[in-house]
Amino acid sequence: MTTVSLTVNGDPVTADVEGRTLLVELVRETLDLTGTHVGCDTSQCGACVVEVDGVSVKACTMLAAEADGTEVTTVEGLSANGELHPLQAAFREHHGLQCGFCTPGMIMSGLDLIRRNPDPDEHEVREWLEGNLCRCTGYHNIVTAIQSAAAELGG
Amino acid sequence: MTDTGIGAALRRKEDARFVTGRGRYTDDIDRPGQVWAHIVRSPEAHAEIAGVDTASAAAAPGVVAIFTGDDVAADEIGGLPCGWQIHSKDGSPMVEPPHPVLAQGRVRHVGDPVAVVVAESREEAKAAAALVEVDYRPLPAVASLAQARADQAPLVWEDAPANLCFDWEIGDQAATDAAFESADHVVSLQVVNNRLVANAIEPRAAIGEYDANADAYTLYTTSQNPHVIRLLMGAFVMGIPEHKLRVVSPDVGGGFGSKIFHYAEEVITTWASRKVGRPVKWTAERSESFMSDAQGRDHVTKGELALSADGTFLGLRVHTDANLGAYLSTFGPSVPTYLYATLFAGCYTTPAIYANVKGVFTNTVPVDAYRGAGRPEAAFLLERLVDKAARTLGMDRVEIRRKNFIQPDQFPYQTPVALEYDIGDYDGTLDEVLRISDWEGFEDRREEAASRGKLRGIGLSTFIEACGIAPSAVAGALGARAGLFEVGQVRVHPTGSVTVFTGAHSHGQGHETAFAQIVSERLGVPADQVEVVHGDTEKVPFGMGTYGSRSLAVGGSAIYNAIDKIIDKASKIAAHLMEASDEDVTFEDGTFTVAGTDKSVTLGDVALTAYVPHNYPEGLEPGLEETAFYDPKNFAFPAGAHVVEVEVDPETGVVELVNVSCADDVGTIVNPMIVEGQMHGGLAQGIGQALLEHCVYDDDGQLVTGSYMNYTMPRAADLPFFKTGHHITACTHNPLGAKGVGEVGSIGVPPAVINAVVDALSDYGVEHMDMPATPERVWRAMNGGQGGR
Amino acid sequence: MENFEFQRATTLDEARSAIGSADAGKFLAGGQSLIPLLKLGMASPDRLVCVKALAELRGLERDGDDVVVGAAMTHAAVAESDVVRQAIPGLADLASRIGDPQVRNRGTLGGAIAHADPAADYPAALVALGATVRTDRREIAAEDFFQGMFQTPLEGDELIQTVRFPVPERAAYAKFPNPASRYAIVGVMVSQSDGAVRVAVTGAGPGVFRVPQMEDALSSDFHAGALDGVDVDPGALTSDLDASAEYRAHLVKVMAKRAVEACA
Repeated sequence: MTTVSLTVNGDPVTADVEGRTLLVELVRETLDLTGTHVGCDTSQCGACVVEVDGVSVKACTMLAAEADGTEVTTVEGLSANGELHPLQAAFREHHGLQCGFCTPGMIMSGLDLIRRNPDPDEHEVREWLEGNLCRCTGYHNIVTAIQSAAAELGG
Repeated sequence: MTDTGIGAALRRKEDARFVTGRGRYTDDIDRPGQVWAHIVRSPEAHAEIAGVDTASAAAAPGVVAIFTGDDVAADEIGGLPCGWQIHSKDGSPMVEPPHPVLAQGRVRHVGDPVAVVVAESREEAKAAAALVEVDYRPLPAVASLAQARADQAPLVWEDAPANLCFDWEIGDQAATDAAFESADHVVSLQVVNNRLVANAIEPRAAIGEYDANADAYTLYTTSQNPHVIRLLMGAFVMGIPEHKLRVVSPDVGGGFGSKIFHYAEEVITTWASRKVGRPVKWTAERSESFMSDAQGRDHVTKGELALSADGTFLGLRVHTDANLGAYLSTFGPSVPTYLYATLFAGCYTTPAIYANVKGVFTNTVPVDAYRGAGRPEAAFLLERLVDKAARTLGMDRVEIRRKNFIQPDQFPYQTPVALEYDIGDYDGTLDEVLRISDWEGFEDRREEAASRGKLRGIGLSTFIEACGIAPSAVAGALGARAGLFEVGQVRVHPTGSVTVFTGAHSHGQGHETAFAQIVSERLGVPADQVEVVHGDTEKVPFGMGTYGSRSLAVGGSAIYNAIDKIIDKASKIAAHLMEASDEDVTFEDGTFTVAGTDKSVTLGDVALTAYVPHNYPEGLEPGLEETAFYDPKNFAFPAGAHVVEVEVDPETGVVELVNVSCADDVGTIVNPMIVEGQMHGGLAQGIGQALLEHCVYDDDGQLVTGSYMNYTMPRAADLPFFKTGHHITACTHNPLGAKGVGEVGSIGVPPAVINAVVDALSDYGVEHMDMPATPERVWRAMNGGQGGR
Repeated sequence: MENFEFQRATTLDEARSAIGSADAGKFLAGGQSLIPLLKLGMASPDRLVCVKALAELRGLERDGDDVVVGAAMTHAAVAESDVVRQAIPGLADLASRIGDPQVRNRGTLGGAIAHADPAADYPAALVALGATVRTDRREIAAEDFFQGMFQTPLEGDELIQTVRFPVPERAAYAKFPNPASRYAIVGVMVSQSDGAVRVAVTGAGPGVFRVPQMEDALSSDFHAGALDGVDVDPGALTSDLDASAEYRAHLVKVMAKRAVEACA
């Protein structure tokens, strides 16, 4: 076992993990933050995307031990004081979700895009979502939601 | 007047939890004392099991128990039942082999469950499962329809000669043959409808929990229809009476058909929970989903269309081999029969139709309903034939369709293949899609694309579907072993807020919002005062669930009818309060009034009176809660017209979608935002089938596309923004006028895509292209090959 | 996945001794190739030594006529580096098309080339640019480094520290991605330096390879049209579910032309 200390959604967390424990397992099972999902076993679907030290990563393809000393943000950490983050609000406003399963990963991925590219065009959003699969929406409203949130956030 | 009624693009109530990560999916649930199950699955497509040695696995860390097929048999756990019986054309019933939840001496597809290891943790269960030694004696396998139908083919089931489950027919063969004899033209096509995997992003999961004190079970499962699972598993597999079995389907991350069916893991976890005395949890890894979720489509078809010299359709003749997989999944046999061949009239007045469908066993994962279920296969064949006919006769593709459309004054229209369409306006949807796609401006765009070295093509499809399978008695006569009604229960609380209990199940469709809008519209209660409860057999009286685009047309109508009963009873209470006679009371926007007076009481007043019945009509029961079981009189028939425009890169064969437009008649629209989202999703899956997705087995029955590394899911960059439109005719036989929207995209768009690709390649003499139209297939077709890969 | 010990190295010596004392230790950088392998049970190390933070493996700088990239630099860092974008824009472009954004945020140059996936993108860049791989004990020319499917000359305890890319006059990468996995079905990197042209192909065969006929043709006339008469023999190419050898051979030519055009 390895002891890891990290910050998750602003709160300090210390946990004993096995070498093989994945970050997503730490988040879902130890910390009970079940908003981060697992949809595949080949690092493709992106349902598990979280932010580590300010960039989006697939929590199913990172060891919990690697997250020692990092700041992790999950979808649960986005809204503050009961107010939705503009990206969360945009997904709701533009119907960017149906079953909701891919949504946390989509939102966390979109957040990274907007930080790097405050005014992404349609093509840039679609290319950026290469690592996020959605089976419900056909992506149409997800792209719209991300572009709209980017505009709202001042892009 | 509320502004949250029918027609409002209300933002979804359920999204508040989904966008914040507070959704509650099955895998998010942990039960006290829970242990984990890992299923040992067959790596062989077909093999005898000579022995299963669990000794070293049993000794592995954390292992609680290991069960095999022998244990299942010893406990007399039944096999998974099939919910639809087909009869062959000679009157004999289909071959219906057993479907044990753990293999009994033989495995018949890769992924077939052989044993289950129960351990303290998921990792320990998985690690121990790798130590279970199964002695497989491989047998020859048949993986494809061609292999299974070959002379002397190995048999999947010994009592299914030639691997035939059934040899079914519909329509008038003699009349159809006669139509072909008198025809001026006959066009024919061989088409393959590619096998698909539904791939809801949430993998299936199940938690079984046995309560020894109550001698009762709870199953949490990723199902589209928890009551159906309770009925099938309780009555037919485990012998648990309904009052001792609760099935909960919490938030479910997409279904698309694949979560309709009753699966072995539901039985295994429930049964094992009693054996080990602790809750047992199982969550599929994606690689398991690929080899255990029922798959879709997989037909090989020869279709022929007979026409007169002026392009009038005279007859349609179809022969289809349909792959059913190794076992009959819950509704597998209905999909290539009653959900397929009954659609061959399409939007057209073809007077004579005959179809013969052979259901074929293979050593592959069972095949069942996947978004569209039979109707995409029918539309694809028909719309490809119609396009080919237009080219053969030198007719305009739009005009040949218009010429053969059923006209609005012909409804109700009895087709030659059993269905009676109630209403439609096919020119209306066609006009709309031609407008929004700028069909007329295409030639300019083709020339402009050519100047960039691209081959631009445009394709059209006009199609019909049948949703909300019904009525129960008719479905029963066709082989259904279940009712096809829906249940709605409406509870008006003392202070006027409302809880709706529905047997439909939302796994992305937004029922919590749309059903609240129906209540809001009819009772004048704001939608945020309406809670919609679904997915729990202990809360909802009964239900048949959500599939086949039925939720609004059938489930919504049940709610509508329950509201009728509420208004009826409430009117009596209101009349009493206003000292008027029942007949003089009218109800509008949440208020009861007496005609010709200024007397009024609100629904809230009435509700409170119903629960505090001091001043109350004599003989009337207190309370304000009503239930309706709604069994539709007929299917609903959504229809639409789709246009797709593509650009082909002649160097690589890559097909780029540059315009996807659709105009659909989905009946009454309750929430236009949700309807549009459903159209988008269906389009994406239809485009996936047409261009990207293909589930492939090798000749030995090994699943080649067993992960997202080689099964291509549509990504954002594969798709454009969609243009959507409507031309509505309301369904005539349900109170909402609703038809259904969940499947229009996946039904209508595949033939439009392929028609566009074939159009783009028209200078190369390409007449047909199988799906998916991958770059290599297109490249080969352009280079004189048949695009066999 | 089987369990293992996780150890974070803070110095090169620590990394070496941690690997040396393990039975079957492996270095871990971004983990985007290794962790999927562990999940599939295709690797079962008893210890993973995380080298991502080692100073010797970091950095991204211009050094005379070369660009030197630390082995632990992520694909995203390479793609977004001003140094790389100015000196070898084709390399930045290649890095920007590896995997997906989340893979690029974690995956590293060293990890990718040590894995030597025959459909990975970086091998085409290293070979086309004539790069040199520097490990903790030696320098290996790119063409000697990639020895076929998942094969490199690296010893079990050998650690890649940097890759040195000579700056070409021009270079570009054209990729035909696998529609599912996003690896290359065919990826072609073309570079030109002092009149000499290199054409390196990834994805099409069991390992990265050069195409001398194309190089000859382009050396005398650096235009896409110069490749018209050059045909690639499908004999040695991969044929699988995703593409036949014939189609791959065709794509090599198309992608090579597009890479040449992109050099302009």
